[in-house]
Amino acid sequence: MKLTNLMTSAAVALGLATAALADDPTKVGFVYVGPVGDGGWTYEHDQARKAVVEEFGDKVETVYVESVAEGPDAERVITQMALQGADLIFTTSFGYMDPTINVAAKFPDVKFEHATGYKNADNVSTYSARFYEGRAVQGTIAGHMTKSNVVGYIGSYPIPEVIRGINSAYIHAKKVNPDVEFKIVWAFTWFDPAKEADAAKVLIEQGADVILQHTDSTAPQAAAQAAGNVITFGQASDMAEYAPAPRVSSIIDNWAPYYIARTQAVMDGTWESKSTWDGIGAGMVGIGEISDAVPADVKEAALAIKAALADGSYHAFTGPLNKQDGSAWLAEGETADDGTLAGMNFYVEGIEGDIPQ
Amino acid sequence: MIRLEKRPQPSRAWSLATPLLAVLATMIAGGLLFAALGKDPVEAIRTIFWEPLFGEFSFYYRPQLLVKGAPLVLIAIGLSLGFKAGIWNIGAEGQYIMGALFGAGVGLAFYPFEAWYIFPLMVIAGGFGGWIWAMIPAFLKVRFGTNEILVSLMLVYVAEQFLASMSLGLLKNPEGRGFPGSRNLQQYDSAHNAELIAGSGMHWGVVAALIAVIFAYVLLNRHMVGYHIRLTGEAPRAARFAGVNPTRLILFCLGTSGMLAGLAGMFEVSGPSGQVSIDFNVGYGFTAIIVAFLGRLHPVGILLAGGLMALTYIGGDIAQSNLQLPSAAIQVFQGMLLFFLLAFDLLTNFRISLGKPEVS
Repeated sequence: MKLTNLMTSAAVALGLATAALADDPTKVGFVYVGPVGDGGWTYEHDQARKAVVEEFGDKVETVYVESVAEGPDAERVITQMALQGADLIFTTSFGYMDPTINVAAKFPDVKFEHATGYKNADNVSTYSARFYEGRAVQGTIAGHMTKSNVVGYIGSYPIPEVIRGINSAYIHAKKVNPDVEFKIVWAFTWFDPAKEADAAKVLIEQGADVILQHTDSTAPQAAAQAAGNVITFGQASDMAEYAPAPRVSSIIDNWAPYYIARTQAVMDGTWESKSTWDGIGAGMVGIGEISDAVPADVKEAALAIKAALADGSYHAFTGPLNKQDGSAWLAEGETADDGTLAGMNFYVEGIEGDIPQ
Repeated sequence: MIRLEKRPQPSRAWSLATPLLAVLATMIAGGLLFAALGKDPVEAIRTIFWEPLFGEFSFYYRPQLLVKGAPLVLIAIGLSLGFKAGIWNIGAEGQYIMGALFGAGVGLAFYPFEAWYIFPLMVIAGGFGGWIWAMIPAFLKVRFGTNEILVSLMLVYVAEQFLASMSLGLLKNPEGRGFPGSRNLQQYDSAHNAELIAGSGMHWGVVAALIAVIFAYVLLNRHMVGYHIRLTGEAPRAARFAGVNPTRLILFCLGTSGMLAGLAGMFEVSGPSGQVSIDFNVGYGFTAIIVAFLGRLHPVGILLAGGLMALTYIGGDIAQSNLQLPSAAIQVFQGMLLFFLLAFDLLTNFRISLGKPEVS
């Protein structure tokens, strides 16, 4: 209790100090799981941080700490930011969920935003992006482009987020190419260039001529380039340095609009706890430019899907769809509800192999 | 001409002075590094070393030093016993993971039943998990003469696979919405390694680390086993003549270090971390090797070295946040510490002499 009191009083003292200085900038903290130069997940969060700085100039002060291990280290870093007067803190990895909740309980006046989690509190919001919408676009391109009919998929961890992406990509590849087959390799990492390169090489050796990845490094792009005649998609960030081939398009995490809106809300005093799950329509999921390596008709088909997802006229999980074991999931025209999607732990019919346990 | 001359006896004075010199040299070289990155070097060094101890928010950081330092000290004490005898357990990270898995597994098996004896059982299981994992390289070494460095190191990666498998399978939180990771033991009173005094950072792992320091000190200075360890390290031939049983010594050193690493993992998973998750291990088992050497393989030295290492971690994070130093720079800074220590170590065993070699 003593610590809590001390912290509260420290926070109050800082709060008073903040109130006393009207020109005091709003302080926004960012906790990153990887290095800002990872070229993927953390890189995009840091781009969004820079966008916040650009938007508000002197009215904000941002701080960040990179490569923070999930667990007690994260809790310490988040606490440290709160102690040092942050008004708003973005914790940008799933594993920061319990630490964020713990710290938030000690600092009721500080606002917290946790990415990809599901625990909210009065001062903790959660936000994530519907990346599976981007996977639908990728699946469409992959289905059209593959000549060997083997699409390789580098999974990170078998969590709902990744399984949704595999299902969405498969459904849409299958739709345009009934003979398509998915080979899935689990890398058990979000970012490890060596492991990712190995996974890509294995998939290419098994005949894959399209590689999709749910890991953040450009190593699979490099492996595809070395192999030749293999196409890839940028993940988390555009990875445009591998365009026009092997990288033919990408899913870009665009957190900037959200970060700017939430910072504005704190400045205006209108911030409220909520859960956000935005997709292509809201601009949180960006589709990187489809390069000229893709034939015009394929590009058109991909853009049509993208447009339909953006305006809400089409849902990436629309029935009829069965689960892998053949049992019925969605009836004709039925769309998946967010609850099922959030906890997705099954493959759809047609995907071979088991989800690792 | 500058030459190195071997000392007849390792210098005791230099042995004590080198860690301090290494810290000093790290500060200077680190300061240059920070200056090259365009940061105020004095401010950066002050932030790393001063802020956590005496800064504005030291009331929070000081307890955190215990939290961060305890597993390092606990593991390093175990490692130092073997290192002294020339038995190299490099796989403490794996033993740490297995200790956490065994400990958490026992705790979670009882969930949601509350009883006083759950936590002690977890402690025993944690120690056992680390011990059994260290017994693999120990057994292979005494039976087949395998190299314990390689075997123990390789088993780290095996343990990591177990950790991933457990986080995704057997120990996964059934109410976790499909995400990997176990239930949070912090929310399960009987299994929670809570702070003994709220806000002090003191949890059972800190207590265990302090006990281990005392235990190791007594063992090395007052006990036959300790004498055998030192003798084997300093004069292996003499040790054999003195009747030291190398097999027993290997089993003892690897077993003890494995057990302590396992305990550290168990206290961590049930306390500060709370959860078995894929990324549970953050390298304490490897950092502890640095701590053991930085502490000159002496129990009290290791205690101080563990504190220093924890300080650079916590101060490093503060420096990142306050001065926007990249985390890689902090890691280089920590790496320098070991580098300079090893470099200055030369002076313990060698003397720099100027001029011509003497005729002996």
